[in-house]
Amino acid sequence: MTHHIVPVRIYLLVFAALILLTALTVLASFYDLGGGRLHYVNAVVALTIAVTKATLVVLFFMHLRYGSRQTWVFAGAGAFWLLILLTLTMADYLSRSWLPTTLWGG
Amino acid sequence: MAETVESPLQHHFASAEQQYEASNLGMWAFLVTEIMFFGGLFAAFIVYVTFYAQGFAEGSKHLDLTLGSVNTLVLLASSLTMAMAVRSAQLGRRGLLLLFLGVTLALGLVFLGIKSVEYTHKFHQHLVPGPGFRFDSPVAQKVQLFFSFYFAMTGMHALHMVVGAGLLTWLMVGTLRGRFSSEYFTPVEVTGLYWHFVDIVWIFLFPTLYLVARHQ
Repeated sequence: MTHHIVPVRIYLLVFAALILLTALTVLASFYDLGGGRLHYVNAVVALTIAVTKATLVVLFFMHLRYGSRQTWVFAGAGAFWLLILLTLTMADYLSRSWLPTTLWGG
Repeated sequence: MAETVESPLQHHFASAEQQYEASNLGMWAFLVTEIMFFGGLFAAFIVYVTFYAQGFAEGSKHLDLTLGSVNTLVLLASSLTMAMAVRSAQLGRRGLLLLFLGVTLALGLVFLGIKSVEYTHKFHQHLVPGPGFRFDSPVAQKVQLFFSFYFAMTGMHALHMVVGAGLLTWLMVGTLRGRFSSEYFTPVEVTGLYWHFVDIVWIFLFPTLYLVARHQ
């Protein structure tokens, strides 16, 4: 069978990057990156680092980089549907207060 | 009728390559359902942290950042050793495969051990939701909600770790019995996919629960 055998060096580099990013996200969490006004900046930074770490794991540890096209479609579908779940949920909850109503927040 | 040697190639597949691709894709399909399962928990958390920011911040600060960070490193290391186990299987190195599976299992158990220490602390500090919950704050109810999320999300994650530990044990038995070779190692590969996925869930859980309010 033809399977891509990933060099140990690549695995170690990915692991080192994951450790560095973990240290970075812990360090960044102690500083108010939005300057006291933009309260969502810390969350965006933490999420960006987490997505980067997850991408590294998926591409190299889970071999997606060397995977078939079907595997890419499956992994992409998972990410896409998760995005639908989160986006539409928040679009609903965050826009509820835009219109005056006695049903919400009254 | 009876085969003297059990072939890993099942009769309904045309080739070993096709069987491998099918198993691999099957595990990815399962992981997509797992993304949606944990995604629901994360979506609910995001909704509540948006509306009850203060209560969730107070709750988050009562989590042990040191233990959480150490556990993150332990789990990342276990992903590295799992990747090395799959690589050993690809190369047909049975001794190395057994070693890396054993180290991965050990790291997984260390993670669960640290998690149980954290849980014990929460019980002693009366931070477990329910009649015993005590928290001195005007938003104590929202703090209790945060801890409901904490125990639900880390609990489901820990349950997945326990299943993963069982799978690793099963793989180690299979390795000892000589089931795997460079020609057939599909169970090792797909268990690896599962293990890495559980690692990814923690990669998101850690900042979501432990780091969300450190700067405040």
